[in-house]
Amino acid sequence: MKKQFIQLLAASSIVIFSHTISAAEYVIDTKGAHASINFKIMHAGFSWLTGRFNTFDGSFNYDKDKIQDSSIKVTIDTASIDSNHAKRDKHLRSDDFLNVADHPQAIFESTRFIEKDNGKLDIEGKLTLNGVTQNIVIDAIKIAEGERKNKYLAGFTGTTELVLKDFNFKKSLGPTSTSVFMELHIEGIRQ
Amino acid sequence: MIKNTSDHYGWLAKFFHWLTLPVLTLLFGLGLWMVELDYDDHWYDEAPYIHEGLGVLFAILIMVRLGWRLYSQPPKFSASLLIVEKKLATATHYLLYLLCILLCITGYLIPTADGRSLPVFDWFYIPSAGSFHPLQADIAGFLHHWAAWLTVCLVVVHGLAALKHHVINKDNTLRKIL
Repeated sequence: MKKQFIQLLAASSIVIFSHTISAAEYVIDTKGAHASINFKIMHAGFSWLTGRFNTFDGSFNYDKDKIQDSSIKVTIDTASIDSNHAKRDKHLRSDDFLNVADHPQAIFESTRFIEKDNGKLDIEGKLTLNGVTQNIVIDAIKIAEGERKNKYLAGFTGTTELVLKDFNFKKSLGPTSTSVFMELHIEGIRQ
Repeated sequence: MIKNTSDHYGWLAKFFHWLTLPVLTLLFGLGLWMVELDYDDHWYDEAPYIHEGLGVLFAILIMVRLGWRLYSQPPKFSASLLIVEKKLATATHYLLYLLCILLCITGYLIPTADGRSLPVFDWFYIPSAGSFHPLQADIAGFLHHWAAWLTVCLVVVHGLAALKHHVINKDNTLRKIL
């Protein structure tokens, strides 16, 4: 028993300490709110309705010399949806749409980073939203990386289009609003 | 007689009491119906607009009614009432007032959670008290829904109890408020 306990302790400490070995690990700066998850969707074909998810966290691994080894994972608190309208957000959180009671989180986990010719990135990955997992691609670009105030930062921006039908929402938002356009801005602090 | 006497309610109390019935019925009906409406329905915005406006008027009615209740003592219980019946009646009436107040507060907190003022038809606005919690609209909505059902159930029990006194005990309980 005691030997197994020590082995378990040793194994877990390797997990904890190996976390800091990778120099290219970044934590998304949600404390300073230097990241945002924004969405844009048609309002019945008349105008763009925008909003964001206020609460999320994530981390990424990035090395500019080995981009293909990069990875990112972001977890979003779906109840934090904010389109600046209390009644609309209440309806969106209900089981007609986001069903946050059953699906309090949406998660994106990358599977591949592809470097394109023009410096852009295709970030392929799995998005789990409303309990449904789909493969998506984020069209991204690194803006900059470097030292700032004794920290090392790396910032990116990306867009992707999500087809609502793919995620099995109970209600539809109509024929003019079949997709939601995501605009993602993230800044990570290297650990 | 406007004021209550020792064995009969005055006409103001009676007016407040009986006016509450159609107002609550309309509010409850609107409330149940409007949350099922689809986003494309014309009534999706219109029904809540009416419900909220009427809700504020109901809040005013309750406040005035409570004020009058504190000022003009209600008539005494019928002499034939058992102690347990007097206690149940008192508790029910207090609970109904409390539920109505809760309904008004929670109802107000839903649309004002984003800082927007609440329009009472096109007459005036009730300003928002701000946002107290990111899920304020949902929590207030949940409480509002259950308070509404509880109120309706209690009103039915209250009405049946009055009928029981009138038909079975043949006392003046119901007659006091007619």
